[in-house]
Amino acid sequence: MGAARRDRADEAAPAGPVLRLRDLTLRFGGVTALAGLSMDVRRGELLALIGPNGAGKTSVLNCVSGLYRAQEGTITLAGSGGANHALHRLPPHRIAALGVARTFQNIELFKHMTVLENLMLGRHVHMRGGVLSGGLYLGRQRRREIEHRRHVEEVIDFMNLEPLRGAEVGNLAYGNQRLVEMARALALDPAILLLDEPTAGMNAEEKESMARFILDVHEERGITVVVIDHDIDVIMDISDRVVVLDFGRKIAEGTPDEVRRDPAVIDAYLGHAREEAAVGAGA
Amino acid sequence: MGAAQAGAGPVRVRRAGWERAMSLECGVFHTRYESDMGLRPWPVQRIRLALFAAFVLAFPFFASPYWLDLANQVAIATVGAIGLNILVGYTGQISLGQGAFMAIGAYSAGLLTMNLGLPWGVSIACACVMTSVAGTFFGLPSLRLKGLYLAIATLAAQEIVEWGMTHWTAVTGGTEAIVLPAPRLFGVRLNTGFSFYWFGVLMAAGTALFAANLFRTRMGRAFVAVRDQDIAASVIGVNLFRTKLLAFATSSFFVGLAGAMIAYYRTIITWERFTLETSIVYLAMIIVGGLGSIRGSFFGAVLITLLPALITNAGRALQDTAPAVAGLLPYAQQAVFGLVIILFLIFEPKGLSKLWGNVKDYFHVWPFAYRRG
Repeated sequence: MGAARRDRADEAAPAGPVLRLRDLTLRFGGVTALAGLSMDVRRGELLALIGPNGAGKTSVLNCVSGLYRAQEGTITLAGSGGANHALHRLPPHRIAALGVARTFQNIELFKHMTVLENLMLGRHVHMRGGVLSGGLYLGRQRRREIEHRRHVEEVIDFMNLEPLRGAEVGNLAYGNQRLVEMARALALDPAILLLDEPTAGMNAEEKESMARFILDVHEERGITVVVIDHDIDVIMDISDRVVVLDFGRKIAEGTPDEVRRDPAVIDAYLGHAREEAAVGAGA
Repeated sequence: MGAAQAGAGPVRVRRAGWERAMSLECGVFHTRYESDMGLRPWPVQRIRLALFAAFVLAFPFFASPYWLDLANQVAIATVGAIGLNILVGYTGQISLGQGAFMAIGAYSAGLLTMNLGLPWGVSIACACVMTSVAGTFFGLPSLRLKGLYLAIATLAAQEIVEWGMTHWTAVTGGTEAIVLPAPRLFGVRLNTGFSFYWFGVLMAAGTALFAANLFRTRMGRAFVAVRDQDIAASVIGVNLFRTKLLAFATSSFFVGLAGAMIAYYRTIITWERFTLETSIVYLAMIIVGGLGSIRGSFFGAVLITLLPALITNAGRALQDTAPAVAGLLPYAQQAVFGLVIILFLIFEPKGLSKLWGNVKDYFHVWPFAYRRG
């Protein structure tokens, strides 16, 4: 199934990047979070976004998902049908409907709902049905709910969440909440998945398992993934390409090995000593 | 991959009758999503519901007119409380405008009959829609305001409507009461305790069923998502603007229905029934009953409606034995009311619904000791 999906994605893929950020500038009062940032996300890649604290990584994700409005610059999403969408002009729910899903650094789940209900919300943009059809719950809405339940069960199966299906999310352990949040994003059947520090606060074992899930999402489901993380070892292990930000600018870009040796990156992480040190030490 | 799709209905393990009556889930396995997604997925729940329904159907045949009147008030309050809970408990938009929306329902229903001569049923339906529209309008501030700030904005709605009721004399008759003709169905007067009871129960049950269905489907989930985490909701594809207004519209529809029911039950409409105090009493109902719970709305409606009556009855009972205490009780009524709310906030913020849930939890997988999730 996973392989089939991937083929389909490749077939439909127009040439060029799936996400194009151009001259993005974002200011909060006197603070410049992004200073004319331009970068591309290629279709089907696993891109890591790294940089020191305050470099603007989360701001990039917030701009892409529509939570922040950049004062200048454009964000273009190449849709599956060949149409280009100007994300910088769209509200968050429209961007989600175009297949951009994300998770948050601080886990933003619907705490009083069950795992199942959280994941069903992931199907929101694909479902139909308003207040009236829901309240009456006649045949059509019933069939819709069951059909999408089936999609959700597929994601539950993929993320090994079966034992937690009926549990209220607020009562789950931290690591499980991270998995549920990722599952909710997957339920949306996204073209692009944005992960903001998915391994934050996890121990080595949990990190390893999360990294495995990210790779599976990317490889089996053929989803383009953009991941922010502070754990350089994880990043260097799993990503196809790395973009390094500092002070709202892109300072380096390339394969993990290229970036690791880049003097500008070493500067950013270790100051200007220009030592022959691994970037990992600075994380 | 989840539950298998083959087979039909829940599989049951044979157990003794008394075991089945006590425990909820053990030995029942759903093999289809549809049976797992039911409102009452367990046999015991259906038995309980049937017992409750039998009680409700038998009640008017042995109840005195006094208790019938209380039951009718409970039915109306249940509709109003579910309406308010949709907005406050489920969607997280605090409203102090309950009284105003009930007033719009009551006055619309009454005035449509008095001025246009519409039959009472049509008037009530139109009143619900009109309240829904008004609620949506007064819900517009919710797009920018949250929490207490929104509460103050809905307080403005309450004040505006109250002022309109008492001062727009040409339409509402000002502080004069509007007297309606008695509603009749096939020649039977509907505003007697006995006949209104059936109408009230039908409306309350219909409202409860509608709300229960709503919150197990797409739009209802979006309401709750807005309450729990609005930013995550928007990022997962929920249109906040639309969803909040829909919550106001849905909520006010039922609140308007409650108002219209009062109008036709009492056949007299006065503005005193729809003041800020009404808003507060309804908020108390859903807090005591349980925010974000339909059965909680009902429990709250029962408790808050019966509490004053119980205190009065206690006063009568004590008249002979302890006249001094009995004399104090009318004054204590407000204090007891306040005390009940405070005690709930301290000891069980999730209300009566949670207390009932605790009882059910105990029997959830009884006789085994562990609990689900």
